[in-house]
Amino acid sequence: MTVSLEGITKSFLGVPVLRGVDLELRAGEVHALVGGNGAGKSTLLKVLAGVHRPDSGRIVVGDKEKTFAAPRDAQAAGIAIIHQEFNLLENRTVAENVFLGREPVRRGQVDRRAMRAETAKLLDWLGEDGIDPAVEVARLSVARKQVVEIVKALSTEATVLAMDEPTAALADHEVELLYDLVRRLRERGIAILYVSHRMREVFDLSQRITVLKDGAFVVCSATEDLTSDQLVRHMVGRPLDALYPERPAEVGEVRLSLRGAGNARVRDLSFDIRAGEIVGLAGLQGSGRSAIARAIWGVEPFTTGVMELDGAPVRVTRPRAAVRKGIGYVTEDRKGEGLALRQSVRDNALLVRRAALRGAVSRRSGDLAALLKSVAVVSRGQHQEVRYLSGGNQQKVVLGKWLAVRPRVLIVDEPTRGIDVGAKQAVYRLLRDLAADGVAILMISSELPELIGMSDRILVMHDGAIAGELPAGASEEAVMGLATGHAIGDVA
Amino acid sequence: MRWRPRLAEGTAPVLVVLALLLVALAFAGSAYSEPAGYLALLKRAAPLVILAIGQYFVIVSGGFDLSVGSLVTAEVVIAARLIDGDDANTAWVIALLLGFGILVGLVNGLITTRLLVPSFIVTLGMLLVLDGAVFLWSGGAPRGALSPSFRVFGRGGVDVPVLGQVPWSVIILLVVLIAAVLFMRGGTGRTLVAVGDNENAVRLAGGRVEALRLLAFVLSGVLAALAAILLAGFAGVSAQVGQGLEFRAITAVVLGGVLLGGGRGSVVAAAAGALSLEALFSLLNLLGVPAALESAVQGVIIIAAVAYANLGGRLRLRKPSPSVP
Repeated sequence: MTVSLEGITKSFLGVPVLRGVDLELRAGEVHALVGGNGAGKSTLLKVLAGVHRPDSGRIVVGDKEKTFAAPRDAQAAGIAIIHQEFNLLENRTVAENVFLGREPVRRGQVDRRAMRAETAKLLDWLGEDGIDPAVEVARLSVARKQVVEIVKALSTEATVLAMDEPTAALADHEVELLYDLVRRLRERGIAILYVSHRMREVFDLSQRITVLKDGAFVVCSATEDLTSDQLVRHMVGRPLDALYPERPAEVGEVRLSLRGAGNARVRDLSFDIRAGEIVGLAGLQGSGRSAIARAIWGVEPFTTGVMELDGAPVRVTRPRAAVRKGIGYVTEDRKGEGLALRQSVRDNALLVRRAALRGAVSRRSGDLAALLKSVAVVSRGQHQEVRYLSGGNQQKVVLGKWLAVRPRVLIVDEPTRGIDVGAKQAVYRLLRDLAADGVAILMISSELPELIGMSDRILVMHDGAIAGELPAGASEEAVMGLATGHAIGDVA
Repeated sequence: MRWRPRLAEGTAPVLVVLALLLVALAFAGSAYSEPAGYLALLKRAAPLVILAIGQYFVIVSGGFDLSVGSLVTAEVVIAARLIDGDDANTAWVIALLLGFGILVGLVNGLITTRLLVPSFIVTLGMLLVLDGAVFLWSGGAPRGALSPSFRVFGRGGVDVPVLGQVPWSVIILLVVLIAAVLFMRGGTGRTLVAVGDNENAVRLAGGRVEALRLLAFVLSGVLAALAAILLAGFAGVSAQVGQGLEFRAITAVVLGGVLLGGGRGSVVAAAAGALSLEALFSLLNLLGVPAALESAVQGVIIIAAVAYANLGGRLRLRKPSPSVP
């Protein structure tokens, strides 16, 4: 079945967000939708999902024109959306989530057995039989939660699946699994709308690409007729400079040093990070990458070994202690841990300064304006609530929050998750500038090209320990080899 | 891009409501044709406004304080008994009353933050404990009496040119309000609001979430004590003096557009909410509506204010995130 959106326009309070967008989704085809933040992708998705009614334009399903007054109309037309943030009840089982609100009933009772059997069947079909339908969602990894979301959509007999940044939360090996999954869905005749910032995925998976910019339709082309340079030019309207900034010629003194450090999740960690250096930390999800960050940071402190800061041993058992010793941490969970979304840009940018270092620094607002400018936050002013900002700008606020306290060591966990290519470049440059100022940076990322492009050295985690160290510019294969434990690295 | 005055989100409606009520009062009663009428209104409202300011700290940081009504009653009963009509006792009893307010706030806050009992339950328990203790201690009829020097805070005033006699309670209210505004503009105040919004973010920013929560309860407790001192002077001693004040204070805060659950709202708006509530009751009184309807009116207001806040929030969410390239 074909679903087409024709000439869709939508304004909010007089601000046009979509200006005449066309999109055609065909059965058995993966159609990529790309564009920078604010290009109108989310709004278009919401029109497709029946959340927003377009001001003008037509939605045609099959050969009938439809009006989606509410999400259930879109659902009835066979359209399902897999959102970037999952809509799952953490304390219910997989099967209960899949059938939420549509539980099969037998003799007046919810038929759990049927629910589980049906869920198991769908999981099996997806090749995900490792997931137990009776297990609570809270106990699943992010990747598996996503599978549950997809199963939930399939169980409503969806024929059109719109996926919003489906790999944003996944580790690299999980991305491969998602690829397989998407291909299988396509082979079964499902029409897929694939919204992504990641060039590689778009080229690997899609048959056609639609580009939006500032709410306007730019181009729709067969994937094979586009090069990635052309695509980027369509998205930003200009060619990108080199995405990753130059590496410095030399680095400074050792800032952070671990010797045999470990806790329940990671063990035997010994490495140094020098001033001016960006050290990449690679590894599959669950390998202990983030656990290292959280241990250094005092959320789950090290229980063995020694941690030294500028040559002096330190014990960090709380985030507060870490902050006061000059360690910053940009969390991977921007909305859950990084920002207070209802507070203003200003209040968020000053959060660390106020919360941890009260009185230790001056509080002139001129400083703040300079700071926000240096991280290139685009907002309607310091008093706008951060929830109204795009993901890229939110991330810049998070970085600004740490810049405001001039950390000596900065740990960044998935710093470019869910932000567009322009904002990514800004974040890269910012990190490099910080390093040039003498900050020691530990960068965690699931995006290997980014990690390889940014890092001066790469530490690869496997199963709670460091499997090896690779020099700048190592190949993705070398990193994956160490991360999956299949190869012995040339440990430096 | 429209220019917008710098008001915390959700503040504007209550200011409009308050202005309308004040104008309506001028039309409804001759007493409000001159400043003295409004000063009397402020004087009547002062205890509630102070309670609402205290309640604001707790609500904006994500909690509730249901114990303040009973605390007011307890404070008044204690004051009458200990002062026993003797001016010599006024000073130390006031100090003791404020101390007792801090103590109750500490207990509320410590149980909430250390034992992880939801503040709704902790302060509900505290309400019952204080109620029972007062009843046990006073046998239902408070003994003793307040001294004239104690009552002066609730009913006396100082002569000021132009305005005539300005009640002490109005002056105290202004001092409290200005202090609260300055506090909320400072780093600690902003962080307190952030705690109500996302305590994880504050904790990971190195903030002391528990200490801030505790501080909110202590402020609520000490301001309740202050409100009790004014109220006792104004209304005299009874075992029912604080009854229902906790809900009235919560209504006031909600009317001020402060988000239940925390994270948004201004202290000025909360104070304006309390003043609006008092002005509304005065207006209804002037219009001959029976006082018995007050609690019903209050019930409607609290439901309507929360509904408005939630619907308003949803409407606001439909605004586009400004298209930023």
